[in-house]
Amino acid sequence: MADLSAVRADGLVKTFGDFRAVDGIDLHVRQGEIFGVLGPNGAGKTTTLRMLATLLPIDGGHAEIFGVDVRREPHRIRQLVGVTGQYASVDEDLTARENLWLFGRLQGLTSTRAKSIAGDLLARFDLQEAADRPLSQFSGGMRRRLDLASSLITRPPLIFLDEPTTGLDPRTRGQMWDTIRELVTDGSTILLTTQYLDEADQLADRIAVIDRGRKVAEDTPDALKTQVGESTLQLSLAEGADTALGADVVRRLLGEDPVLSPESGRMNIPLPDPDRAADVLIGLREAGLGISSVSVAKPTLDEVFLALTGHGADDESQTKPQMEAAR
Amino acid sequence: MTTTTVTPTPLDPRRVDPSVVVARTTSHTSLQETWVQTLSMAWRALKKMRRKPEQFFDVLIQPLLFTAMFAFIFGGAISGSVSDYLPVLIPGILAQTALTVCMATGVQLREDMDKGVFDRFKSLPIARIAPLAGPMIADLIRYGIASVLTVVTGLLIGYRPGGGVLGCVGGIALTVIAGWSLAWIFTWLGTMARSAQSVQGISMMIMFPLTFLSNAFVPAETLPGWLEAFVKVNPVSHVVSAVRDLFNDGAVTAEVGWAVIGCAVVVAVFAPLAVRSYSRKM
Repeated sequence: MADLSAVRADGLVKTFGDFRAVDGIDLHVRQGEIFGVLGPNGAGKTTTLRMLATLLPIDGGHAEIFGVDVRREPHRIRQLVGVTGQYASVDEDLTARENLWLFGRLQGLTSTRAKSIAGDLLARFDLQEAADRPLSQFSGGMRRRLDLASSLITRPPLIFLDEPTTGLDPRTRGQMWDTIRELVTDGSTILLTTQYLDEADQLADRIAVIDRGRKVAEDTPDALKTQVGESTLQLSLAEGADTALGADVVRRLLGEDPVLSPESGRMNIPLPDPDRAADVLIGLREAGLGISSVSVAKPTLDEVFLALTGHGADDESQTKPQMEAAR
Repeated sequence: MTTTTVTPTPLDPRRVDPSVVVARTTSHTSLQETWVQTLSMAWRALKKMRRKPEQFFDVLIQPLLFTAMFAFIFGGAISGSVSDYLPVLIPGILAQTALTVCMATGVQLREDMDKGVFDRFKSLPIARIAPLAGPMIADLIRYGIASVLTVVTGLLIGYRPGGGVLGCVGGIALTVIAGWSLAWIFTWLGTMARSAQSVQGISMMIMFPLTFLSNAFVPAETLPGWLEAFVKVNPVSHVVSAVRDLFNDGAVTAEVGWAVIGCAVVVAVFAPLAVRSYSRKM
């Protein structure tokens, strides 16, 4: 097959009653890349992934994984995809080693082979010491690692990671990122969902931004970030009354309007280059305007969202109840 | 928590080649694969049983308590004496205990299905029947324990089965088969219901009429005509009669045949229903 796509989904639809959780999403993931699906809670990321993993029936549209039709041949798809869920899908009543052995046996490995692969994976994911302890003693990070290890037993060519680091502390998160990067060097393709721009930025070759069941953008992380500016200068003027004067200074120096916050005196200034922050501060000093606080921040998912959709990422209150149903 | 980072050694030096993997995929599980998968799931259920022995509580207590209680309370009233009632009662208690174990099968399946690990089972290329049939195979042990315990309790309070050892073994075997077959009804309920509690509730409503509106504890002839008619078609009655024949006379009668046929029909109807409902739940 000459087609080098790993996932080819066109117009995917999932409805729960009247609610369209996924409303015509196209995803084209190339072989060997890390593809990120970025969006706030309830945007339809998990639902999309679950449809592609044959865990939810597809209500509309068409999906192929390595050329195999997802709807028509679910059994083949399950042999091609390793799924690591948002909530670790491992057996709490078994030990880590028993979990891996069981999943190996279920996928047709002999008992000895399943045992040796379990041993290898435990070593690779640094779970050897805890291998025979009950999972109830596992930390969140250990569970996630075991969960990921469980998806790799038969070395599937495509791996789905649903919010792999949500709820992990920063260090464990970094370790998880390293592990994910290694998988690609083995030749696997990865489709991951995340709520964090920095995670998508760190890992993904390309990102699709999903909002309310629709894809609002798809690009490389760099291209997406430049749409909202490399970073943002957030500052508060000492005198709220000076806001208009401050905005003039910014406009003169950067050629762009600052985003004024409803709080008087506060403004967010998108910077094409973090160096320009100094220019703005000097400009304000020269204009005789006092500053009470200042910080430079990387663009957040919120800002990317604002830039792409015109509403904030957490502006989802009206769709929240249905989201629970989407689980 | 550990501090070291993950060792960057690939599991297998060969790179994953999607086209090779795609070519290797199969469109469905073979019978042999299904069997191995079912046994693996049974292994899982056994591990769980060993780690949570409290789930054996109903299996242990019910035969002991009900056999002794029913024998001494109803013995005189129904059969004239405790020893005359035991040949009637023991097969009845066996059927009742088997149904209680069945009920637990459904409730536990429902609890289990709510856990994250079922997401993985569903995402794996395994036969859809394996996660349902596996625990049921492990449950054979529970039927066995419950049946043996009931008979032993009976022997202790004076039951002397006329069928001898062979009759008893046959009766217990039939109980286990019947329990396993009827468990498919509760497994189906387990895949349908919203919560473990609702499975429990619905199961109770099924279990009580099935056991008490049968010949398990009283002779059917003493009942009003309309009730007697129901008792005669109740599959539990046939199982109880068959077990009585085996225990008390060591005889393989037509009732045994009817009981086995009834069990086969239940499996043929409810196993596909359960698998269908389980597959659709995803």
